[in-house]
Amino acid sequence: MFKIIQKTFATGIVTTKYPAEPAQISERFRGRPSFNFEKWKDARPAAEVCPTGAISVCDEGDSRRVTVDYGLCVFCGLCAEASADQAVRITQEFELASADRRNLILTAEYSLNTDRTHRELRAVHRRLGDLEEDVESVGQKARKKIQKLLRRSLAIREVDAGSCNGCELEIVALNNPVYDLERFGIQFVASPRHADMLLVTGPVTRNMELALLKTYQAMPEPKVVVAVGACGISGGIFGKNYASLGGVDNVVPVDVYIPGCPPRPQALLHGILLAVGRLGERLYDDSRGLGRCVLPAGRP
Amino acid sequence: MSTFFEALRQKFGARIQSIFAECEEEVYLLVGDPDIRDLAEYLRNEFAARLVTVFAEDRRSAEGVFFNYYLFERKGDTRYLMVRAPVRADHPEFPSLSAGLPAVNWQEREIQDWFGLKAVGHPNPRRVALHDNWPDVHPLRKDFPLETVLPPFEGERHIYRPALGEGVLQVPVGPVHAGTIEPGHFNFAVAGEPILYLQLRMFYTHKGTEKLFEKLPIHKAVFLAESISGDSSFSHGTAFCQAIERAAQMEVPLRALIMRTILLELERICNHVADIGAIATDVGFVVANAHASRLKEMLVSLNEQLTGNRLLRGMVCVGGVRRSWDPVQLVSLRAATDAFASEFQDLVLLIDSSESTRDRLEQTGVLRPEKAKDLGIVGVAGRASGVDLDIRRDHPYAAYGRYSFRVPVYQVGDVIHRMQVRVDEVKESLGIIRSAADESLDGEFRARVPPIPADRYALSAVEGWRGEIIHWIRTGPDNHLERCKIKDPSLNNWPALVEAVQGNIIADFPVINKSFNLSYSGTDR
Repeated sequence: MFKIIQKTFATGIVTTKYPAEPAQISERFRGRPSFNFEKWKDARPAAEVCPTGAISVCDEGDSRRVTVDYGLCVFCGLCAEASADQAVRITQEFELASADRRNLILTAEYSLNTDRTHRELRAVHRRLGDLEEDVESVGQKARKKIQKLLRRSLAIREVDAGSCNGCELEIVALNNPVYDLERFGIQFVASPRHADMLLVTGPVTRNMELALLKTYQAMPEPKVVVAVGACGISGGIFGKNYASLGGVDNVVPVDVYIPGCPPRPQALLHGILLAVGRLGERLYDDSRGLGRCVLPAGRP
Repeated sequence: MSTFFEALRQKFGARIQSIFAECEEEVYLLVGDPDIRDLAEYLRNEFAARLVTVFAEDRRSAEGVFFNYYLFERKGDTRYLMVRAPVRADHPEFPSLSAGLPAVNWQEREIQDWFGLKAVGHPNPRRVALHDNWPDVHPLRKDFPLETVLPPFEGERHIYRPALGEGVLQVPVGPVHAGTIEPGHFNFAVAGEPILYLQLRMFYTHKGTEKLFEKLPIHKAVFLAESISGDSSFSHGTAFCQAIERAAQMEVPLRALIMRTILLELERICNHVADIGAIATDVGFVVANAHASRLKEMLVSLNEQLTGNRLLRGMVCVGGVRRSWDPVQLVSLRAATDAFASEFQDLVLLIDSSESTRDRLEQTGVLRPEKAKDLGIVGVAGRASGVDLDIRRDHPYAAYGRYSFRVPVYQVGDVIHRMQVRVDEVKESLGIIRSAADESLDGEFRARVPPIPADRYALSAVEGWRGEIIHWIRTGPDNHLERCKIKDPSLNNWPALVEAVQGNIIADFPVINKSFNLSYSGTDR
């Protein structure tokens, strides 16, 4: 016992100050790829190498629409390597969680030269509160709500609906002394009946669909669902196939999406805190109360 | 070595169509008949050969038949022997080996489910990979499109074997478990506290991975390989790239091989230290886990410093590695491994000094060596039960041939020895990393990949932290694959869990399960 106490004191406090202070992360960390649409002379090489189709191009006559979906991105950095003039740059940004799936998607429209490179940027479509411009304020707004709401404690039920286990490793890391989720009054619980939040990793497999639905139904209202990682958001590299149903929102309604492959623990924390804010809204929202998702008749 | 093939030719003369070596590491033996039972028995009895894995391939459009592949290896021979046997398309049956070789039980049933080839004489021919509610489809047949939309899930139809007797209960657990772990179903038959019989049902996370490999261009498939099993991203990624490199018959620069070796060992240490902590937690020694998870965090930060990703993703590529390391990164590598080494020593002492922890772990979840051998158990679990296998030593790859290390093997096979294997291996891995980091790391780190011709095939084996990872590929046209077979060590080792829990109390199941720590996603693919 003496040894245990001695070691504890010798180790001291290792818990991170995040989110009160900026996260201490390696400058090599590959976070959100940032796109300089004006400088981008050709999106095709990036779209060509992107393993999940997070960057896609659609040409019509002499115009092109480029779509960037952070909900599909696995943060491999190939797009930056493939693009000239540093038009695509890998940043260290990781606070990418969003309550709206559409916020994770950017589109840019170009007119084209005869060699199919970009001539002129016509428009960039990004939604309000978009992460490209506004990542800081989204985070800060969420934090304010949380401070008000976190007098209560939050119970999370995690369901692996078919992931590779990468996301689970980072979710488990939230309980280690460095990230220590319990300092916010947040804890993981064994039963969905005790849970306020369903944290789901994906893609949802055909074999896990029923288990996920049952878990969701077993939770009391109000409840929020958080989809974790590229696979949880969109099916990721697995997409939809004979065995995979793709993203979590194909099976249960999702309140917050956390991009990453896997999202680092701070990104998970940011997304979870964002979802806590949504939980407050759910309390007064009768329209989305009971029975948001009902098992079809004939299923056990 | 040639006497081995001479003996085979003499014994099976007319039945052997040809023996040839595709490359130094693998020898192919083609037979004309799907019945290889006597050949398998001969290899096992005369040469102590071990059947590593069994899998199938649909070659109906090119060659008019299915092929079954049986991969063998034997002690003291760095080459693998691949036996290929055709299965007729109009008579899709092959004799099962499972009755004599329980190690291939699940793998033969996978062939039944995925290819629709019947394993005749299989003692338990029920479905394994596709659940009972699936329609009659065979997804790995070439005429089954990846995007097929199947009718919705219609509920459970699987019937577990009943356990009868006075006071005998069946306890169903899963697929959603109490902790943050992967899904699978365990059905325990218990008499009071002790477990009589455990039935497993896996493949809940089956997501069509092997089929998807046939769809993606090779450079994108590397990322799929990294997503086979999250905790073995680098091992699976390396196994896949190695297979492609062998098929392309290309040289990988030494610098890349050394960097891969360092990262493979970092992955091993990361997972071992996390498991050591988790085993301590499962018997109530939470403080040890707090330290272990803190140590793991030190290592994943180092991973990020070295590769830009905490799980070492996006680093390995066909031809080498994607980035080199500058002197600053090498300094961090040395500093972090030194700091880790001394902290790890403290952690081991802390756990050793707790008699109550040791008491719970000793003689718990025993897997006897003879059972481990029969079931074909590999990796950490095998080495704790007398199975002396380690691909790093037996079939050297990456830069392992350059370093000396010890392979710990114990005969007891209980939880504490599975933990001890991990403790010993962490120390050996630190030694490998130090030696590798001391080499002069300069020169090329990524070779140009030549165009890869169609119809090349290649095998690759990597000793992941959990055990033997096998990838086998056949290339197709346009930088795509015709087939990619993946065998994660978990697939071999689940039956070990069934053996090890028998007679233990159900409350010890979590710690026994953790001491194996098998990958559900790697099994289910």
